[in-house]
Amino acid sequence: MIAKSVHEYKLRIPSQTDNLELIRVFVAKLAEKVGFDSDDIGKIELAIDEACTNVIKHAYNGDRSKPLDIAIQIDFQKFAIVVTDQGKGFNPKKVNIPNMDKYLAELRVGGLGIYLMKTLMDEVDYDIKPGVKNQVRMVKYFLDKNSKIVQTEKA
Amino acid sequence: MANFQVKRDDSDHYSVLRIGGFLDAHTAPQLEEAIQKLIDEERYNIIIDFKELNYISSAGLGVFMGFIENIRNNSGDIKMCGMNPKIYRVFDLLGFPSLYDIVNEEKEAVEKF
Repeated sequence: MIAKSVHEYKLRIPSQTDNLELIRVFVAKLAEKVGFDSDDIGKIELAIDEACTNVIKHAYNGDRSKPLDIAIQIDFQKFAIVVTDQGKGFNPKKVNIPNMDKYLAELRVGGLGIYLMKTLMDEVDYDIKPGVKNQVRMVKYFLDKNSKIVQTEKA
Repeated sequence: MANFQVKRDDSDHYSVLRIGGFLDAHTAPQLEEAIQKLIDEERYNIIIDFKELNYISSAGLGVFMGFIENIRNNSGDIKMCGMNPKIYRVFDLLGFPSLYDIVNEEKEAVEKF
């Protein structure tokens, strides 16, 4: 039997861009501790930065007094990052994921955060309750998800 | 040590901004300021030397996107050199190499003007 225990690590930090480095270090060190290679650590580090930058700039509109909550939940198959804020929230269905060819051709600026998060992580989900609790949950599996399924079927 | 540094070297026909540390939403305004200063001085041939840069987020990439149209409209360009593989991967992930000349050495970047 594989133990199904979850280890959780939490960080509550003021919503300020000068804390982004600290947040990246916190998450990257945990990713390193559980054995991700440097390529995956880089992806996780960038995904958490993009998620927190969105909260600081958009959910809280630069209000530095608000709390930013980060929880890392680690179980035997995955590394999950949950970022929670109490800001204004947004409708995830209305977020335009840019067509990069068009984006570059038109020399657009900004709006790449969610695209990057989705590209860098295996799963990205939202639970939005504006002004109450907004959460983004990003998951990186320890193995390729498909190979995991194959292994389970063989077992 | 400061978490982001930008040093400027001017030659006759181009300027080099040597950036180091990490470029994120907190430090991006410092690079914006340095590029804006070059534009104010009508120095539109710009090389960004990434050798000492360890990290970039989309806020950092956005700085280049914010200026490139104006710079190209003035017959200039932003050339990039010295990226480590981690930084290059972020550019590559978003398709930026199709938009910017990215080379290893500064002298190659100079030749691209």
